[in-house]
Parts: sequence; C-alpha cells; structure tokens
Amino acid sequence: MRELIVTSDLAVGYQQGKKENALHSNINVKLIQGEFVCLLGPNGAGKSTLLKTMAGFISVLGGNVFIGDKKLSDYSNKEKASQIAVVLTERPMVPNMTVYDLVALGRSPFTGFFGRLRGVDKKAVLRAISTVGLEGFELRNLMQLSDGERQKAFIAKALVQETPAILLDEPTAFLDLPSRVEIMHLLKNLAHKQQKGILLSTHDLDLALQTADKVWLLANGLPMETGVPEDLVLTNEFRKFFEREGILFDNATGRFTMANAHVKSIRLIGKGVEFKWVSRALSRSGFTTSDDPFSRFQVEIRSNEQREYILSGPSGKPMRLRTIEDLLQQLKIADEQYKLTE
Amino acid sequence: MSRTIRRYSLLMVLLAITGLILFLLNVALGSVYIPLSQVVKVLIGSPVEVDSWSFIIHKTRLPQAVTAILAGAGLAVGGLQMQALFRNPLADPSILGVSSGAGLGVAVVLMFGGFSGFALSALGWLGHLTVTMAAFMGAMVVLFLILILANRLRDNAMLLIVGIMVGYAASALVGILKFYSMKEDVHSFVIWGLGSFSSVSWVRMQVFFPVVLIGLVGAILLIKPLNIMTLGDEYASNLGVNINRARFWVLACTGILTATITAFCGPIAFLGLAVPHLTKGLFRTSNQQILVPAVMVAGSILALFCNLTARLPGFDGALPINAVTSMIGAPVVIYVILRGRKLIQLNV
Repeated sequence: MRELIVTSDLAVGYQQGKKENALHSNINVKLIQGEFVCLLGPNGAGKSTLLKTMAGFISVLGGNVFIGDKKLSDYSNKEKASQIAVVLTERPMVPNMTVYDLVALGRSPFTGFFGRLRGVDKKAVLRAISTVGLEGFELRNLMQLSDGERQKAFIAKALVQETPAILLDEPTAFLDLPSRVEIMHLLKNLAHKQQKGILLSTHDLDLALQTADKVWLLANGLPMETGVPEDLVLTNEFRKFFEREGILFDNATGRFTMANAHVKSIRLIGKGVEFKWVSRALSRSGFTTSDDPFSRFQVEIRSNEQREYILSGPSGKPMRLRTIEDLLQQLKIADEQYKLTE
Repeated sequence: MSRTIRRYSLLMVLLAITGLILFLLNVALGSVYIPLSQVVKVLIGSPVEVDSWSFIIHKTRLPQAVTAILAGAGLAVGGLQMQALFRNPLADPSILGVSSGAGLGVAVVLMFGGFSGFALSALGWLGHLTVTMAAFMGAMVVLFLILILANRLRDNAMLLIVGIMVGYAASALVGILKFYSMKEDVHSFVIWGLGSFSSVSWVRMQVFFPVVLIGLVGAILLIKPLNIMTLGDEYASNLGVNINRARFWVLACTGILTATITAFCGPIAFLGLAVPHLTKGLFRTSNQQILVPAVMVAGSILALFCNLTARLPGFDGALPINAVTSMIGAPVVIYVILRGRKLIQLNV
C-alpha cells in the first residue's frame, strides 16, 4: 500500500513572533492508502496543530512532512490541493449557499479561470453528494441543514477534490450520537472502498476503538504512540494516555471507569443480552460480576416466560424482581443492611 | 438545476431592461423640459428643433448618466468584494479607509488655500481639478498603506481593524484642517462630501471611464478566488488559492474603484453596502459567478435611480446624491435585518 503522508522527526507548534512554541516533537507517523486512522488525545494536546501542519496551513517547527518523496513545503498551493483535502472545525455559514454550491467549490482545483463547472465536474459533484447520502438535498440551503447533514456536505466537498488523503479535524464534534456513528462509518467506508487515506481527530473513544484501522495517541509530555487499537489496549498504552486523577481506562471492558469506586463482587447467573445489560447496570452501582459461588450476593436472571431477577443475599430469603431498577434498589438496601451487621 | 438557471437569466434580463429605462429617464428628465421624441432624436444624432436641448443632453445629462452607471457598478462590486473577503456582511468599500484618505487629500488642498490667503473655491475649473487630483492622491496613499499591511498581516480581521483605524485618523486630521480653514473652503469641502455625479465632464470621462472599466474587469477576473475565499482562508488555500496574492488583488481592485469614484464623485455612501444585500436577496445565491455581474447591473440601476430622485422636479438638482443614497440605502439594510436574514456570520 502506498504511503500518502509521512512525517520524519516532525515538530509542531505555533510561532509567536520570533518565539517558537513547540507542542510536540519527534513525531514519526505514516498515513497509508486505504487506512482509516483516528487521532486521539486530551484537549490541548495539539491534535489540531498536528493536522494543520500536515495539511500545510502551519509551517513545521522542525523535521519534515513528506507527500510522496517531496517535502510538503515544496508543494505549491495548487499541487497541495491535488494531494490533501480537509474538513475543518470551522464550518463557514455563507448566506444562500446550497449543498451543490459548496461541493462545487471543492471542484475548484479542476476548473478553469472563471471556475465554471464542465460536464465531468457536475457529474463528480452529484456523485460526491450521493456518496455521503445527501441525495435530494442538492439545492438545500446549508443553513437549513442539521449539523450532521452539514458535516456530510463538507465531507462531500473534500471527496469531490479527488485527493488520495483526507484530513478531518473533529468531524463528530457537536453531533448527536446517531450522526456520529453515521459519520464515522461513512468515513471508514470511504477509506476502504475508495482506497483513501483518512485521518481524523476525535474525542469519541468508543467509536474510534470500534472503527479505526489505526489509532494515533497524542498527549502532553508523552511520545506519540501509534498502532492497531487492540494492540494499544493490551500494551496498556490507552491507560497511560488517558490516565487522569480518578479516571481509569478499563482494559477488560474498553470503557472508562472511576478508579476510586468501591468494588464489590457479585455472582450473576444468566445469559444473552439480559446478562450483558444487568452486568452493566451492576457495574455502574459498584459491583463487578463474577462466577464465584461464595460471593456475598447473587443475582439469577430468568427469562423463560416473564423476565425475573432473583436476588439472594447472605441473610433473608431470595427476592423476585421485575425490573433492573427494582433490583438495584433492593440490592442497595441489602448492601446497607449487610454493612450494619458487619 | 436548469430551473434556477432560467430564473437567474430572467432576473438578469429584467435588471438590464430596468437599467435601460432608468438610463433613458435620466437623459429625458431634468429641470428643462425636453419632449421625449426630441430626446430620442438627440441620442441617435438627428437634428432637433432647439439647439440648447442637444447641448443640455450632450454636455450635462449624458455624462451624468454614464457617471452614475460606472460609479454605481464600481461601488457595488467593491462592496461585494469586501463582504466576501472579510466574510462580514457589514463591510463596504469605504471600510478600507480609502474614501477617508480621499477626504484628507481634499482637506489638505483646501487648507493650503487657507494658508496662502485665498479661497480655492474661487479658482473655479482649475480648483475643481485640483480637488479631484488631491482626492485621488489621498485615496492612493491609504490604499498603498493597506496593501503593504495586507502582506504583513495574515489575519483579515486585523486588516479590517487597521482599515477602520486609518479611516478614523484621516477623519480626525480632516477635522483639524476644517477648523483652521476659511469658511468658503469648508463649504466647498462639505459640498464635495455630499457627492455628485454631475462633475464628470467628457474631458474628465477620458480618465474616469477607463480606470473604472479596469476595476470592473478586474472584479470579473477575480470571481473564482473570491468565490472560494467565502469559505475562509484555510479552506481556500486547501483548494489551491494563493491567499496572499488573491487578497492583494481583491484589495487593489476595490481600492482603485473606490479611489477613482470618490475622487470624481465624492464619497458616495451606502451604495456599496446596500446593493450587494439587495442583489443577494433577489438572486438568493452565494455564487459570485452570478453575483458579480448582477451586483454591477443592480448598482448602476440604484445609482441611476438615486440620480433621478435627486433631480425630481421641486428639488431642482439641489438634492445631494449622498443624502438620496443613504435615504434609500438605510431602509434597505433595515429591511434585510428585519427579514431575519443572518447578518452576522456564525462561525462555530
């Protein structure tokens, strides 16, 4: 597979007057054709700065960015426009601009002096609009779109530029959950089906873990780590990068947990989807589920005709409960009583 | 798709016809009554009953109408360019401080007259030419300043503030000069400041026409980068636009148009702000390929209409053009706000 963007000992940051303010140095990463890469890291770690440097908006403070065998700084704006397309956090609201108008502007590198679209260009614009799922929205005003739809329009703008690489700065920010999932899957499919190299920064860890081919981790004071998400979980890299007071990345569940929560063991008997959701609810209440028969409490899920949760503790007879809400309530009461007797 | 194109063409044809009618009305109406048939005869070059009619139309009304067309088109397209470049719906050509520079140039010339002991207004035709030259020089000085700064400052908002500050500084200097000037000169400065399309004779037209034409052609040549720059600098540069170069040419284009028009006609307010909004409301598009020519035509129409209004019977040519443009421009801008259009850009 072709390497699209390669950095060697790259240092990124801002120049303030003559002072250089480096956020990160010694970054060695590769964006490869057909790969969907998520750039993760806490706020202020320099994700946007890295993306903007790779897109050529900010000059490098050290090292190099290569596209092919040529340095990015040796590319003219026109040549850059044929290599990298961007979607930025800024979403310009131009009055009266339609989806078609916006995507047509993405075709600018291909058009002549006055920017008139030829037949090929018009076809490409319509194709890009339908690829992102905005068919029928061509003449819709950008201001009348939902945030998710507008983001898709900007992705179509990047798509119609027909570049091997697309960089997106937090494309899922400000979107509702279904839109986030949709955008992430759209981008993943573009990377795989159209063989583009797609790099995006995001805060959606769950989604990134599910969809990304590769993850790049960026945090203040740590060297950048890259790899397949599962590798990074197993080597504890995730835990290291998101370590904060009181919050832990749970390698077993792939979720963030409160580190100081009092953990009690509970035996859970059951199977299938009920098992999953009950164990989730229990873990939220501070219990880890196990198969240990000597656990203090035991919950048995029965789902033959009517769903039932049977809670039995060290004292008293088992209780039959209908909802998880009741279960948690009774469990709490039983736990309090147990503590008193202890 | 094709329906919107048909709509644009229809609107353009309507605008062109309106412009033509207003042009003819500008030539036909005035303080001296000339029968319409005679007006047509003068225009196609046949002999007319009264010689003075031909004289009035050729020497007064025709150059005035042509001036209004050029000035209206130039200021309107300048306003459109500034609104697109600064991505601010309240920008207009005077935002660069160029017209304030012109005012300062004029004021300096007047003060010179004040110190040397005679009123420049007494010079007549020569004084008039000096005022135009001074206005042009003042405008160009400010324009060069802005262009040099534009290469240094990467941020458009900064440039906008600098332009406004330069304008304030120039206005302050004008205030000081006014204070020390003779009454007659202050009066002639006030008259210049009210604006007029009537001071461009055919002789002066030989300068005015080509320079404004260059500006208008320049605006057409800049359509593509201007279109892309409405998305902001980073998106535009990602689409292959050389931001610094494009910005330089857009500023130069608007600057030259504003400098020339202000020098010859005085500072004409509001046309540059109101016409782009009117046109955008009419065409409901953001595409500069349509807006640039449409704004030029609409600007000419509004200028011709204001010129006609200023010469309505009763006013007797006494109504200053600036008062008319503002009277028409202000309600237009308020109307646009009340219609709930978002005048301030929301940059999330």
